[in-house]
Amino acid sequence: MPGAAPRGAANRNEKGSDKVKIGTPKEVIEGEARVAMTPDSALQLQKLGYECLIETGAGAAAGFTDAAYKEAGVTIKKTANALWKDADIIAKVRIPTDEEMGRLTKNKTLISFFNPGGNEAGLEMAKEKGANVIAMEMVPRISRAQKMDALSSMANIAGYRAVIEAGNNYGRFFTGQITAAGKVPPARVLVVGAGVAGLAAIGAAVSLGAVVYAFDVRPEVAEQVESMGAEFVYLDFEEEQQDGAATGGYASVSSPEFREAQLAKFRELAPDMDIVITTALIPNREAPKLWLEDMVKAMRRGSVIVDLAAEKGGNVEGTVADEKVVTDNGVTIIGYTDFPSRMATQASLLYATNIRHMMTDLTPEKDGQINHDMDDDVIRGATVAFEGEITFPPPPPKVAAIAARPQEKPKELTPEEKRAAEVAAFKAQTKQQVTLLAIGAALVLSVGLVAPASFMQHFIVFLLSVFVGFQVIWGVSHSLHTPLMAVTNAISSIIILGALMQIGSSSALITILAALAVFMAGINIFGGFLVTRRMLAMFQKS
Amino acid sequence: MDFGFTIAAYAVAAVLFILSLGGLSGQESAKRAIWYGIVGMAIAVLATLVGPGQGLWLLSLVLIGAGGVVGYQLATRVQMTQMPELVAIMHSLVGLAAVFVGLNADFEMGRVAAAFGEAGLAFPRLEEASLEAMDFAKQFTGFAAIVAKKTAVEINILKVELMLGIWIGAVTFTGSVIAYGKLAGKVDSAAKKLPGGHMLNAGAAILSLVVAALYLGGAGMWTLIALTLLAFFIGYHLIMGIGGADMPVVVSMLNSYSGWAAAAIGFSLGNDLLIVVGALVGSSGAILSYIMCKAMNRHFVSVILGGFGGTSGPAMEVEGEQIAIEADGVAQALDEADSVIIVPGYGMAVAQAQQSVSELTKRLRAKGKEVRFAIHPVAGRLPGHMNVLLAEAKVPYDIVMEMDEINEDFPDTDVVIVIGSNDIVNPAAQDDPNSPIAGMPVLEVWKAKQVFVSKRGQGTGYSGIENPLFFKENTRMFYGDAKASLDKLLSLLD
Repeated sequence: MPGAAPRGAANRNEKGSDKVKIGTPKEVIEGEARVAMTPDSALQLQKLGYECLIETGAGAAAGFTDAAYKEAGVTIKKTANALWKDADIIAKVRIPTDEEMGRLTKNKTLISFFNPGGNEAGLEMAKEKGANVIAMEMVPRISRAQKMDALSSMANIAGYRAVIEAGNNYGRFFTGQITAAGKVPPARVLVVGAGVAGLAAIGAAVSLGAVVYAFDVRPEVAEQVESMGAEFVYLDFEEEQQDGAATGGYASVSSPEFREAQLAKFRELAPDMDIVITTALIPNREAPKLWLEDMVKAMRRGSVIVDLAAEKGGNVEGTVADEKVVTDNGVTIIGYTDFPSRMATQASLLYATNIRHMMTDLTPEKDGQINHDMDDDVIRGATVAFEGEITFPPPPPKVAAIAARPQEKPKELTPEEKRAAEVAAFKAQTKQQVTLLAIGAALVLSVGLVAPASFMQHFIVFLLSVFVGFQVIWGVSHSLHTPLMAVTNAISSIIILGALMQIGSSSALITILAALAVFMAGINIFGGFLVTRRMLAMFQKS
Repeated sequence: MDFGFTIAAYAVAAVLFILSLGGLSGQESAKRAIWYGIVGMAIAVLATLVGPGQGLWLLSLVLIGAGGVVGYQLATRVQMTQMPELVAIMHSLVGLAAVFVGLNADFEMGRVAAAFGEAGLAFPRLEEASLEAMDFAKQFTGFAAIVAKKTAVEINILKVELMLGIWIGAVTFTGSVIAYGKLAGKVDSAAKKLPGGHMLNAGAAILSLVVAALYLGGAGMWTLIALTLLAFFIGYHLIMGIGGADMPVVVSMLNSYSGWAAAAIGFSLGNDLLIVVGALVGSSGAILSYIMCKAMNRHFVSVILGGFGGTSGPAMEVEGEQIAIEADGVAQALDEADSVIIVPGYGMAVAQAQQSVSELTKRLRAKGKEVRFAIHPVAGRLPGHMNVLLAEAKVPYDIVMEMDEINEDFPDTDVVIVIGSNDIVNPAAQDDPNSPIAGMPVLEVWKAKQVFVSKRGQGTGYSGIENPLFFKENTRMFYGDAKASLDKLLSLLD
């Protein structure tokens, strides 16, 4: 909802209060439309006890007006300078420029994308200034930190947008149709790299009606791909693949042989594909070239390639970063690097929420005071500069796996082993049963030694009944336990037989007591059976 | 009619009763099985009425009819949520009837002995009984005839059987009355003990043994009355000491006792059908108690002796706070969810919310969402309590799952709604070795993406154990009376 007024502003701060302030400046990089704070997230931040500041017009490009911020209790700052000066915590989107870094001072905390791997100057500067820097792309990929995983939320948007951009440049329908005006074949889409962006692209393309294929070097994602409605492209390649889970869920560099097999597969697919979306990235490396010139050449006129890896050099030969180029054979290659910014409202909402969750973790007491806990895996992992020290790269996270290893399935037992286990279990069971039987038999025999025969006759009946009872009751279904109790209750009023045998006695006292017993048992018989019937009648199948 | 016919009828009845219990293995066959039980009971009663030694059959029929009217009223008026109370109070009737029948048997014995005494014959009869005595015994009918034929050893065994029947019956009677009181809210459900605790029970039990020995020694009627009173006290005190949360075990245990009492009386009356049915009911109740105890990971003894076993250290500190949510938030989450699991507990029964739950299920299913129910074996106050309530509200039984069937599905579930249950969804059972419920199998609702807990207030459950689930990040508390909350929610789901 661009510019929509959020509900109320409960914690409106008085000007000049001594609360810790979170400020968001306008993004200075040209074309960046996102903003790191939305009116909604500001409300939540205020609940944590912070005061929120924003530079005037910071949210305009993403559709959030100053008035909407004001409504949410955010103080509007006229200039970037004033904002950087007043705010104790600065939340922004893009990697800060040198000018912005220069505004940092000791005791300020910066939360932003930072690219610490390729931004040594920035790290040095932060160290010099003594400021704390949290890099949003360094949030570890563990379940607990998913809510602040800005890379994933941005990748999600990029994947969706990639399909939209492709559709915009593709001259046909996505979905197949048979109309009076002729038959339209469905678009065939290949998604290379089934990470977050890839899966989002698959989802968007499938829901538009395209036939979607997807490839990834990690065979374990095949299931996810198929769950999104795409077909996973398998390679005929026998090599133990390194598990993606070991590298934090990212793909790693593959062997030359594997690469060859992969390219051969792409070469085979290229002529049939209308749209290709490549999302293959390897952390801290140039993007691998996967869609070579000859594949581009093999594609039909009018086909579209969207290269989501353009910022890191591109997966496609012929990609120009931030440009759309059309090759000689009429294939459009889109190399934009600002997909999230092209959906600035959505991207800002998600990113601001990621930031807000990060602040929640930084404020465990909800008292408006940052507790920068360097023992916390997530916070430690994301912090790249802390109190005058460069803390990048972080130690490996203690919790590594994000994807369950499919290989860790219990080992298939050989038939011999299974047989052996069965025999062992059978033996143990036999032993137990024989022991119990022996004890039982001994007990019965010892009773038989002292008790007269008339007693033993009944005793045998009793034992057999207990045995039958045990056998029968184990079979009763769990859901029928209440009817079971009601019905056993009803039949336990069989005690009425005893009373009936006594009621004819010549003693008045006996007759009275027996009559009472008959009456009570009568209640039970009817009550018990009726209520059971009532219950059972209610059970019905859907 | 002669005795042979009665025995044959009993055999038929016994088979029918076994079939009746066996038929409960499935919902459909159960509907047929109940008729087996009814027919079996009818045959048994009729055979006894026309059998040897029966007098006053008209009075008997009138009394049975009167009992039937009362029973009919009870059975048709009772709310499904009050089922535990009803079952408990009906157990007490069986217990008391057993006591009466047992006492009667003793009176009868005394009467026979007196008659023999007047005739100047020895009673109990000697091993080599005189013809005279044999003839004399023929004048007795019914139970008295059996007694008159017994030897001294047999009479002693009879006395032991009688005492067992009376003792167990008396414990069942007061125990059931207290259980009824606790379930119906007429007696405080917290575990209470008189000063002295288990020592009182133990003392009463020892005293019972002493009195029993006196009775065997021929001390007379008063010993039997004293035994009954002691058993009454034990039944009362035992169940008073057990908390409300353990009621499923208590009720099934009393069910078992009423069966054993009937079996013991069967021995003393020499009636095989009583023995058979008593043993069936007794073992059924014992198995149910065992299943319930296993579901709570507790030892039967510690449940029966009341209170939780000692814990080995302080409970884990619960971090975080309970976050409340309103109906619109729940509605939105349900709208977005594909799979929903509902976990009902006693709170649903108390609030009579099962109809609203059923309506919610219907609407969600109409929207194409997968809705299932997860039932913990000890949810509610009676084994299978929740199943009955949901069935009453016309929730199809094939979407109602047991714990073992559904526990693995929670991680793939979008929304879990916990309605009025607490301990059965408590993660402390797995995480906190010091928790009183440590090791109890629980429904792993916290693994779902989102959990809503419908609960009246912030208090702890029956067992008084803090529940870390309520403090989890993916848990939202939906405060209020379960029925009111659900109705509000229903109005938001179109």
